Amino acid sequence: MAGTKFSGGIHPRYFRELTRDKPIKTAKLPGKVFIPLSQHTGAPAQPTVKVGDEVKVGTQIGKSDKFISSPVHSSLSGKVVAIENHPHPVLGRSPAIVIEGDGGDEREEFTPRDPEAITPEEARKSIAQAGIVGLGGAAFPTHVKLTPPEGKEIDTFILNGAECEPYLTGDYRIMIEKTDEVVQGLKIIMRTLRVKQAYVGIEKDKAEAIESLSKALRGEEGVEVVPLEVRYPQGAEKQLIKTLLNREVPSGGLPLDVGCVVNNAGTALAVYEAVKFGKPLYERVVTVTGRGVKDPVNLRVRIGTPIGDLLGECGGLWEDTGKVITGGPMMGLAQYSLEVPVIKGTSGILCLEEREVAFQEEMPCIRCARCVDVCPMGLLPTEMRKEIRARRWERLSDSHLLDCMECGCCQYVCPACIPLVHLFKLGKSELRRMKRS
Amino acid sequence: MKEKFIITASPHIKGRMNVRSMMRGVIYALIPAIAASIYFYRGRAIDLIVVSVLAALATEAIFQKVRHRKVTLLDGSALVTGLLLALVLPPSLPLGAAVLGAVIAIALGKQIFGGLGYNIFNPALVGRAFLLATFPVAMTTWTHPLSLDAVTTATPQGLWKFQGMATPLFKLFLGQVSGSLGESSAVALLLGGAYLFWKKYIDWRIPLAYFITVFVFGGITHLINPTKFAAPLFQVLVGGFLLGAIFMATDPVTTPLTKRGRWIFGFGSGIILIVIRLWGGLPEGVMYSILLMNMVVPLINRYTRTKPFGVR
Repeated sequence: MAGTKFSGGIHPRYFRELTRDKPIKTAKLPGKVFIPLSQHTGAPAQPTVKVGDEVKVGTQIGKSDKFISSPVHSSLSGKVVAIENHPHPVLGRSPAIVIEGDGGDEREEFTPRDPEAITPEEARKSIAQAGIVGLGGAAFPTHVKLTPPEGKEIDTFILNGAECEPYLTGDYRIMIEKTDEVVQGLKIIMRTLRVKQAYVGIEKDKAEAIESLSKALRGEEGVEVVPLEVRYPQGAEKQLIKTLLNREVPSGGLPLDVGCVVNNAGTALAVYEAVKFGKPLYERVVTVTGRGVKDPVNLRVRIGTPIGDLLGECGGLWEDTGKVITGGPMMGLAQYSLEVPVIKGTSGILCLEEREVAFQEEMPCIRCARCVDVCPMGLLPTEMRKEIRARRWERLSDSHLLDCMECGCCQYVCPACIPLVHLFKLGKSELRRMKRS
Repeated sequence: MKEKFIITASPHIKGRMNVRSMMRGVIYALIPAIAASIYFYRGRAIDLIVVSVLAALATEAIFQKVRHRKVTLLDGSALVTGLLLALVLPPSLPLGAAVLGAVIAIALGKQIFGGLGYNIFNPALVGRAFLLATFPVAMTTWTHPLSLDAVTTATPQGLWKFQGMATPLFKLFLGQVSGSLGESSAVALLLGGAYLFWKKYIDWRIPLAYFITVFVFGGITHLINPTKFAAPLFQVLVGGFLLGAIFMATDPVTTPLTKRGRWIFGFGSGIILIVIRLWGGLPEGVMYSILLMNMVVPLINRYTRTKPFGVR
């Protein structure tokens, strides 16, 4: 089963030793949180509170009527002091609800449910109301994933424990520390999807997680823990499905086109908590790491906490920190301000030293084709680069550029230091624009 | 805490390989072959190597200056071309011819296409092909290694092809045979090749496909007629084969993009080489086998495109 391999990929240095053995610590309550109304794929939420309103932890403060969207909740008890544009880790600046804490930590009354007895419809409703989205980074609303459209037969659920981005260890810690909760979340998802088969894919370098989940799932029918080869991007949905099931998600398609739904370990935990306790997604685990930060650690963080607060809690930054990234080093986003808040999709805060991110002069492409060899999507990065640089958009039509997931393998290996991902982002937006018009 | 951070698109980390380190790697890998050439041909080798390298560097710099481009001698590619050209020249070649070869290699082989990364043909081989056409006699006059008086002799391929004489394989392997500067010692070239593989500077597919094709095709013809066609080990140890297979057929710029394409490139080169050696008018065919395959690389690229994920 796990004998199949996806093609391409790279073996970067992982630097997980910085945080992997540090248990998840609960971060200090921030004085103020900045909760963006758009933290997910889909329609932004609209505020359901106004300035001056009192809120508790878990009070819904924004929602949308659109199906592909997700409500947002307060992560502090206190008062709404502003609804304004604020730095956003993904969107630059975006409307956010600012809540000032009252020093207490009073929670909203949540509605607990029995995960064993709940119907799929009720489970979806609980998950939607709790604002659960994929916690790996893309932040796709989970209730949408768990609602396969008519005619799509789902037969397999995959719990993604690969966590293939270097540096990040949040899911690893969750799998070890919250094993039973993750397993409960997995079962809720299986029942909601009405599937009999599930796989838990974990990279081999996370032996402890493989062990604890295997133990917790022993005797569980239809569920198998599969140790995966350590190769980036093993945790990318399409590559993971290929490895576990030898099914290829069609070009432009989604996992549900091959009968699969994939969620990561952190999301499964959030699903469990949403159903069992009615707990909305107002906190998540964030790996604060890198050689730029003095005391790397895994923190349980309230959504909306400015990353500067968290870095302060980790001893602050070293003088020679050159880059602060939300997410991992391969697909994360460089931040211009430490005011940006942690949002639902923030898996890590990575601080790299200046010399680690030193500018490398671009050289001419020598057609060595290393980019071609490592592309997990089977594309020809150097050819696409040529057409994009020449602005020959029409010649990109059969390049499958839109299948590029920006995993960054090509640029990682490029000996000419060509900013390939940057070019592909440009090319993709141009192709989408052409498609629309 | 800093006020300003570096902002770029992802990815934020980078592997260690870069163009300069690759070129440096090729130069290191050539050291055994250069040392062997100096051991066998003494001052002649040094003269030819120095002249060829200087001419290559000067041509690159002048060409780029004239065209108001950035001078990129530091990327190491012109140095590599100069070295490779010197190693495929006969030891007795007049120095002026070597200069001309290097000028042509860089100017017509590389810069005229737009410089590093844009050329179609391996520049050093373009230089050599030009010299073979302009100095046909000097380019096929060979001297004994280790003999300081320049007595002309024949190469092992020449001896086999025109006089039916086989050179002992161990001699080929260690290198006391006549030929161009860099091709006398198989073991020196293999050492360099091993280094390039170990450091992952070259892909193994082309050399392997080239080797297999020559060995198998050469072996079959040898079985059919052992007196007319040389033994397969002879075919792969003799002459420029190893130099070409390790250092020229692996030139990233002039070889295919896809793995399948690289197999085809190696296979095609092997076929052409054997055809030239066995039935052509020349005793040696490594240069033409690679140049001819360079020519069809765009075609190979076109028909060996990778299969995008999720496309049937």
